Formats: sequence, structure tokens, C-alpha cells
Amino acid sequence: MATAQGNDGAMMPNPMHQFEIQRYIPWEIGGVDVSFTNSSLFMVLAVVVTSTFLIFTMRGHQLVPGRLQSISELLYEFVRNMVRDSTGPKGEKYFPFIFSLFIFVLVINMLGMLPLGHYSFTPTSQIIVTFALAALIFVGVTLIGFWKHGIGYLKLFAPSGVPWYMLPIIIPIEIISYLTRPISLSVRLFANMMVGHTLLKVLGGFAGALGVAGIGPLLLMVPFTGLEILVAFLQAFVFAVLTSIYLNDALNMHDH
Amino acid sequence: MSQQVNVSKPGAPVTKTATQAAEHKGGLPQLNADDFAPQLVWLALTFGALYWIMARIALPRIADVLEKRRDHIASDIDAAHKFKQKSEEAEASYKASLADAKTKAHTIAQETRDELNAKTDAKRADVDSQINAKLIDAEKRIKTAKKSALKEINVIATTTTKDIVEHLIGNKTSDKDLANALKSIAAG
Repeated sequence: MATAQGNDGAMMPNPMHQFEIQRYIPWEIGGVDVSFTNSSLFMVLAVVVTSTFLIFTMRGHQLVPGRLQSISELLYEFVRNMVRDSTGPKGEKYFPFIFSLFIFVLVINMLGMLPLGHYSFTPTSQIIVTFALAALIFVGVTLIGFWKHGIGYLKLFAPSGVPWYMLPIIIPIEIISYLTRPISLSVRLFANMMVGHTLLKVLGGFAGALGVAGIGPLLLMVPFTGLEILVAFLQAFVFAVLTSIYLNDALNMHDH
Repeated sequence: MSQQVNVSKPGAPVTKTATQAAEHKGGLPQLNADDFAPQLVWLALTFGALYWIMARIALPRIADVLEKRRDHIASDIDAAHKFKQKSEEAEASYKASLADAKTKAHTIAQETRDELNAKTDAKRADVDSQINAKLIDAEKRIKTAKKSALKEINVIATTTTKDIVEHLIGNKTSDKDLANALKSIAAG
């Protein structure tokens, strides 16, 4: 099970193999498959790594922070400023959620970069995971919007200052753009993570298959790996920023 | 390795392996609907746990430390402001006392100068008046001396003229004639 599946009988591993779910502990409760998979493992790892790091580095409560404490504080202030800038004071209480979202996606993306052979896995390269997160955000934001503004939240689709004769065009566009938010949010993250990992796997496959000449693809992998780390961070950031922006629409509508 | 297993075999979804998932040729492995349930369940569990840990433990701790630091820095800046104010006050009072001392020194110098001037003036006036008195005295003496000398000259002139006339003429002249003659000469 562990070895990569040969595609055309060559030595090249299937670059798509890394996205397959492997059930380490098959398990079923009430007819629902709750197996502990490689995806589960990396999500659990992300929670453990994040929690351990953030709690462990802050244990000293140092007034003058050390290096590790600085990282925790930097992450905190980075997300805090982002939430504050995009949602204002009303968004304060949603900060823990956006922080969790950011750090969850970030750590999962980063853990996915670890070269662990066939154990390597990135839950954010699974459309179902990113879509579930995006759907959670979409439903949550919509509920907050109706809760805060009642039926007036529908005014979001008719921006003020638009001439009345434009409304028949603007309103459908606004509705479509609102409804496609979960799709764009989830597909952006999923596609970025999948493409990057596939590219690295393909290059890695070449490097392995070409023997001595494999030094070419190997050298090419170096900048791409750096790029992937950048993308891993950027996508986590984009995910959190877009969530803040959607949240801002629900909290403040267009009055900011 | 690549066993051909019927993926849609009913009743045994849990026992499926990665190899079976790989049988979805022509599609992405991520689109295998059989893998959705376990991922959703574990996503809910892990993300829920993460949110709870972040909201209840990790983030409040960081917020606490940042708050304490902000307070500490604010109080330090306050203290620094107070010290600065104090030092400014001290500088102002130092400048004031310096100016005060300068004016005092100035007045003392002025007073001393005035006093010395006054003393010198008084002495000079004293000496001047003494000199004046002496001058007046001397002038008086000169006048009296002149007068007495003039008188004596008359007497001498009379007696001398009498003697000369006696000798020349051999005749005794009366004092009255002599005096008249001398007067007319003196007037002529």
C-alpha cells in the first residue's frame, strides 16, 4: 500500500497519489464512516502543533519576549490588526474564529510541505475540507447578517448610490457574487494547494527517474519549494482576509 | 499492488483502502464521495477543538501579556514624562536663581561703585574747599602786603624826594609842598 502506484509501468510515481485518502484506523459509527485517515492525522497534527506552540511559547508571560514568544505575539497581532482593519470594533468577538481559521489553514499548508514521502498529506488540498470551511463561513456570515440587520440585510444586493434603472442588472450580479463566495473561497485554496503539490511531485518524479540528469528538475524544485511556502502562507492569509471582508459586509453592510 | 476491487461494493465502506480510492481513474482522488464523511467528521472535531483552545486558552494568554506590556510601557512613559517635567522645572528654577544672583551681583557692584564715587567726590570737594580757602587767604595776604608796600613806597618816595631836594637846593622844603608836588607828579 505504501509504494506509489506505477502509472505506465515506469518508475514515475503518480503525482495524484498524494491526494488519496488512506484509512489508518477504519471506523464506523451509526453507519457513518469516521475512519482515522491521513487527512484526520494531519488535521489533528495541526491542532496539536498550533496549540502546543502558542501555549508553550507564552508560558513564561515574559514582559520582554523571547524569540518564540515573539512569533506567537506576531501571529496574534498580525491577525488582530487584519480583523480590526477590515471589520472595525464590531468584529472583535469574531477574532478568535478568524485567528483559528488562519492558523488552521496556515499550519496545515505548512505541514503539507514536510517531505514525509507517502505519508505527506495536505488536508487543504481536499476540496471537501476547504468547501466545508467556506460553507461554514458563508452560512455563519449570512446568519450574522440577518441577525444584525433583519430583512434589511437584503439591501446588501442593492448598493446605495446606484441609479434605479441599473438595479435590474446590479441586483442579480450582487446575488450571484454573494452566492459564489463559498465556491471561490474554497476552490482558490484547494486549487492552489493541489497544483503546487502536484507540480512538486511531478518535478520530484522527474528528478528520480532521470538519474544523473535529474539534477535539473531537482534544482528547479528549490525555487518552487520556496514559492510553495509563500503560497501556503498567502493562501491562509487570503482565506482569513476574505472571511473578514465577508464578516464586515454582514456587520457593517455598506455604511463604513 | 493494484488489486481490482469493486469500489461501490455495499456494506463495507470502512474497510476500503487507498488503493481502492485510486481506482477512480479519470477523476481527482479528492472527488471520491466515499472519503467525504470521515474528513468532514474529523474537520469538525479538530477545528472545533482548535477554536475552543484558541478562544479559551491560547489567545487570552497572549492578550494578557500584550496588555500587561502596554500598561507597563504606558506607565513607564508617564514616569518619564513626570521626570522630564521635574527636570524642566529644576532647570527653570536654576535659571531663575541664576538671573536673580546676576541682578544681585549687579546691584552690589553698582552700589559699591556709587559709594566709592560718593566718597571720592566728598574728599575731592573737601580738598577743593581747603585749597580755595588757602587761595583766598593767600590772595588776602598778597593784597595787604601790596597795600603796605605801596604805603611804604609813598613814605620812602617822600623822604627820598625831601633828601634829594635838600641836597640839590640846600633848602628845607615843607612837608606840605612836597606832598602836593608828589601828588601832581603822580597825577601827571
